[in-house]
Amino acid sequence: MTYRQSAPLDPNAKLDIAALLEDLEHYRPRRKGWHWREPVADQRLFEFEYKQTSKGVKNSVPLPAAHYFDNIDPQPECVITTEIASGRPEDDIRRMRMAAWHGADHMMVIRTAGQSHIEGLLEGTPEGTGGIAVTRKQLRFTRKALDLIEDEVGRPINFHSYVSGVSGPEMAVMFAEEGVNGAHQDPQYNVLYRNINMYRSFVDAAVAKRVMASAGIVQIDGAHNANATAVKAWKVMPELLVQHAINCAFSVSVGMPKSDIALSTVPPDATPAPCMRMDLPYAVALRDLFGEYKMRAQQNTRYMESCGREATVSHVMNLMISRLTSADIQSTITPDEGRNVPWHYNSVHAVNTAKQSLVGMDGLGEIVKIDRENPAFKARVREIKERAVLFLEAMVADGGYFAGVEDAYFVDSGEYPETNDDGIKRHADGGVAVGTIVERASDYLAPVCHHFGVNHLPAGTEKACDAIGGCTLCDAEKVPFIDELDPSDSANARMAETADFRAKGLIKPEVQWAGDGYVVVAMFLPASERVAEAAALEIGRAMNLACPEVIHKQVMHPAEGTLIELKGRLDTAIDPATLVIPEPAEVLSDEEIREFVAERGLKCVAATVGMDEHSVGMYEIIDIKHGGLEKWGFVCEHLGTSIPVEKLLDAAIEHAAQVVLISTIITHGRMHRRNMEKLADLAVEKGVRDKLLLIAGGTQVTDEHARSWGMDAGFGRKTKGIDVASFIVKNMRERGM
Amino acid sequence: MAREDTFPHAREHLAGLTDEQLEARFWSLTQEIVDPLVELARTNTSPSIERSVLMRMGIDSVTCMAVVSECEKRGLLGHGAGHVVLHCAQTWGVDAPAAAARLAAGEGWDTVGAKWGGAR
Repeated sequence: MTYRQSAPLDPNAKLDIAALLEDLEHYRPRRKGWHWREPVADQRLFEFEYKQTSKGVKNSVPLPAAHYFDNIDPQPECVITTEIASGRPEDDIRRMRMAAWHGADHMMVIRTAGQSHIEGLLEGTPEGTGGIAVTRKQLRFTRKALDLIEDEVGRPINFHSYVSGVSGPEMAVMFAEEGVNGAHQDPQYNVLYRNINMYRSFVDAAVAKRVMASAGIVQIDGAHNANATAVKAWKVMPELLVQHAINCAFSVSVGMPKSDIALSTVPPDATPAPCMRMDLPYAVALRDLFGEYKMRAQQNTRYMESCGREATVSHVMNLMISRLTSADIQSTITPDEGRNVPWHYNSVHAVNTAKQSLVGMDGLGEIVKIDRENPAFKARVREIKERAVLFLEAMVADGGYFAGVEDAYFVDSGEYPETNDDGIKRHADGGVAVGTIVERASDYLAPVCHHFGVNHLPAGTEKACDAIGGCTLCDAEKVPFIDELDPSDSANARMAETADFRAKGLIKPEVQWAGDGYVVVAMFLPASERVAEAAALEIGRAMNLACPEVIHKQVMHPAEGTLIELKGRLDTAIDPATLVIPEPAEVLSDEEIREFVAERGLKCVAATVGMDEHSVGMYEIIDIKHGGLEKWGFVCEHLGTSIPVEKLLDAAIEHAAQVVLISTIITHGRMHRRNMEKLADLAVEKGVRDKLLLIAGGTQVTDEHARSWGMDAGFGRKTKGIDVASFIVKNMRERGM
Repeated sequence: MAREDTFPHAREHLAGLTDEQLEARFWSLTQEIVDPLVELARTNTSPSIERSVLMRMGIDSVTCMAVVSECEKRGLLGHGAGHVVLHCAQTWGVDAPAAAARLAAGEGWDTVGAKWGGAR
């Protein structure tokens, strides 16, 4: 039976998860290998020229301010990563679609806690913790969804997970078979952070890497973990170079091309240290030494607290280092990673932080350069390299890598050659899966392709897999498929639990799983930290939130008060059929407006009222340069700012204007309301109310309020001249004016 | 062993190297460290590697696990689990997944024993 191709996605319809879960037995990936973005030199978009952007996408959500810039959405030249860790494949793919629309083209799926210690592969779609159970079904389901998503956005998407743990070679084979495009693979990660036996880790890694290379899977190493674990991250730089080098040299030695090897590099430090001055020499030393390899720029997690603002600023500084040096893959960390497993909108925020910063610093390197001749900078770059060389020399003298690990060389809190004897110590005869490697015998045989190491294939063998008539890496039809081993713990079982909710299309707040019900409430409480936290929990209960939990607290002043962000579950579902949603006002054509305005010789008087000096908003609405009312022939008299309403109304009468436009900010003293009411009352008093259209605008103005305070209409944020012009024409027609 | 930062004199022998020479030294030392690791990997195998061989022979993960566990118990991993399955497949005239399925069910190990003995 052949695979049934899914219909293209409709941007206005949700992913059909049930359909995506079907027919996975016959699904095969449509391509293998990594996709790099396609750079476009001196790309012109709107009125600008870009130096570091790539081919655009077909569908996307541009940055919030893009509506001022013709809605352009420039795509940086480097791949942008998002980390996906919901633990449920059926929810992961929804997040991937959102992230792809914001500019992510590298979906890095975090594995469930503990999978690295499981011998063999998992199957089916069981729920994970802090990540997903990576299985063949999960890979096919996700890749099938990504095929549709990449067609929707119009750019290939890289799918990524982990080839580490005690089943690396099997993971690598499965990834190669299933068209996974990128993977973490670094035996040092196994040894140091997963306490997997060091011999086993390197023996497995060689086969895993060779198989990855066969499918063009881009490899990312694990050195960034030394940064995340270090007591003092600013001391770990020499060691980071050593870790990168060991994985790179080992990978090349077992057959992986340098162009497929990426270093996972993080600016090690964060504020309040003068982190950029400390991290730039390291970034330069790294790129000097590893110029032939790819750079996967990761963002700092070592010093990440629960403040999303602080995390975002750190990441922007990290991105500046990427721009001043280089990045082939720009990875992102969600600003809520210091609080919880990343949420949907924080994944999107992180992608946007990268996109916004990279685009904002586009071409910056042409005019802002690192002063490599600055004596202190130059000396520090050299020093980091020399310290790394001393590290390597000592390891060689002490008997090599394994001896070095036994001697706790790695993740020491001293900057080598300084040591504090507090590094991670592992024993060659210890760790998970100790004693499991076996020497290959004189008749060792593996009748398959892309195998690393001794292999006594029969004399005259042309292709390693000839004896079995082709292996799965040569013949995709041979790849076996297991659906579910435990159907009670599966995507279908979870979907059945929420079937009612899905079928009715009910709307429930969500942060990571469909219908999880989580909301966040931000509040300032005029109390000290501990009191505020306790009070916030009570407030959460009073708001009917289940399981309220403080996810961020920040002292504004020890006595005056505390900012609290509280999460809780709201078990309310809204049926959209019950909602009354006003239709958006339709705009008229340019010709229709122009004709109407010309026939009547329409005039407007406009002013910012009250004690307010803002004028930008009004110019946006009236000025011809901004597509304002003048464009259709309105004669506009702009009186300026801080104009009393009496003066404005007198001007309207004097100019025989038909339209009065006021701009107002919302004030604590409710001056905006008083000004609107006063304008309406005065117009009545002077007997001109029925000859005038009174229109109020401002970022916080709503049509409903403005009307209730005597205006004919109110216009808020993002209003364009065409909206106001269309309203004027329609309203005058209705009133027979 | 804790040690003060001895960098100022520990680096003395490096001071005369150009940047290029220093970088070359960095990579030659790295290769010196990596070579024995590569040799270890070249000449050894593991249960995961052998399962990955069986996977490439078209055998599902559950069966791979059963066959490799039994090979491990019988001390056969050094010959290659793929070798074991291939030998059975050729002897029985079936394909590799079918042979592995029989072995996973505990059948046919006498064929294996006849070739490699009951080595444990």
